[in-house]
Amino acid sequence: MILVDTLIQGILLGGLYALFAAGLSLVFGVMRLVNLAHGDLIALAAFVILSIGTALNLSPFVAVILAFPIMFAVGWGLQTCLLNHVLGDDILPPLLVTFGLSVVIQNGLLEIFTADSQKLTAGAIEVQSLALGPITVGVTPLLTFVSSVLVIFALNQIFYRTRLGRAFRATSDDSETVGLMGIRPNNVFAVATGIAMVAATIAALYLGIRANFDPSIGPARLLYAFEAVIIGGLGSLWGTLAGGVIIGVAQALGASINPEWQILSGHIAFVVVLLVRPRGLFPRSKD
Amino acid sequence: MSILTLKSVSKSFGALKVTDAVSLDVQAGEALGIIGPNGAGKSTLFNLIAGNIKPDEGQVFLEGVDVTQRTPMERVHAGVGRSFQIPQPFNHLSVYENLMVAAQFGGAHLGREAGLFCMCILSETGLEACARDLAGGLSLLQRKRLELARAMATSPKLILLDEIAGGLTDGECIDLVKTIRNIHSQGTSIIWIEHVLHALNSVVDRLMVLNFGKILMVGGVDEVMHAPAVREIYLGIEV
Repeated sequence: MILVDTLIQGILLGGLYALFAAGLSLVFGVMRLVNLAHGDLIALAAFVILSIGTALNLSPFVAVILAFPIMFAVGWGLQTCLLNHVLGDDILPPLLVTFGLSVVIQNGLLEIFTADSQKLTAGAIEVQSLALGPITVGVTPLLTFVSSVLVIFALNQIFYRTRLGRAFRATSDDSETVGLMGIRPNNVFAVATGIAMVAATIAALYLGIRANFDPSIGPARLLYAFEAVIIGGLGSLWGTLAGGVIIGVAQALGASINPEWQILSGHIAFVVVLLVRPRGLFPRSKD
Repeated sequence: MSILTLKSVSKSFGALKVTDAVSLDVQAGEALGIIGPNGAGKSTLFNLIAGNIKPDEGQVFLEGVDVTQRTPMERVHAGVGRSFQIPQPFNHLSVYENLMVAAQFGGAHLGREAGLFCMCILSETGLEACARDLAGGLSLLQRKRLELARAMATSPKLILLDEIAGGLTDGECIDLVKTIRNIHSQGTSIIWIEHVLHALNSVVDRLMVLNFGKILMVGGVDEVMHAPAVREIYLGIEV
């Protein structure tokens, strides 16, 4: 029964990692851009939620709604003013630019919010739990997981069912030819990054409620997100959820053996999956 | 009324003059064929009309409006559709979705109406059966048909066809010609670059011969095909 409990906690934790990764996966799927600043943008989103919540005395669950348009605008502006100028056949310039951006965001946050660790306080819901038969699960982890499924589902619907999604996929296939169909690739990319930042904001909400955060937490979140995306197969959104769950379960199992093994076992699971399936679990058809 | 007018359009790539003072007038509803040896500047002329490259000199008019400085997208919205010599479908989208992208963004069709519009084009171009297939897995004929269908989905007044019959068998070619003739009969103007002359000549009203970037001759199909200069240069026959 302890094993089942561990597995469930791991799956729920995996939801958080999938949330970290959803935006990364979307952006990669649309424009083949690996955003090394994604983790720091999650940290930024957490501070935005914190600031709104503190200034207006709101619960983080309400503050996050106000943070959505702000973070969408951040993503849109970032893509329009910076990233669109470095996207091209060469993958190195966007990597370097997002790496630099990561440093800038971290230090910017440090300057404004200091290195003190912060937390989003959500009140009673943080400690509430549900008894599911013999297993007890926390309401917040459950909410995190449900949110991650909803986010991935929504992104998938957008990607495969809407006019915007068709523009995403067509642009991803051939960003020159779409111009002849009346699509501006730069606008498509800007909207995609905006949506990715909204997903990152949802990730930031649960990250901030679950644990302390400070300006330096970005890179570690990026690593988990990266591993989730790669385990799932680049460009597959449901794969990203599966990837997050695999890392979460591995970490929970590792922690149940020895608390020091939690982080390590997640990384080991990542390496093992890559050894067995180098292209991830659900790779998109070869380009 | 003329749908397209070129006024002494020139374009050089380095020292090479690829388009040399080409002037041309295409009437609304007309079908014009362009022939000429490889390297005569035919595809460059299409790039100039579609806006992918800008001329060094001269002007391009669509329905009397100077579009010389307009982008390819603006020209799509002004009514220029184009099919490429090498089909460039969106491989990870279905055939139907390929058309939807063109119809919704290029042709300003919205919602349910866009879907119906695309289904009509699919049946016109004989692609109904593979509407749900991914474009990446299509045969050459189907890819050529898709290229044509996608250009039509942007609701063009003028459609540019670049060697669309190349590489097809005779039977396939006949089918495709039927489709193109059908498009033409609905009033869409056509400019068609083609080496497969029997296909081309069964559709177009006039032929234009390009050689070294210059217009060698423009005229009726019979007139051009029997002109000694054309036979010598284009067909390589000494007369």
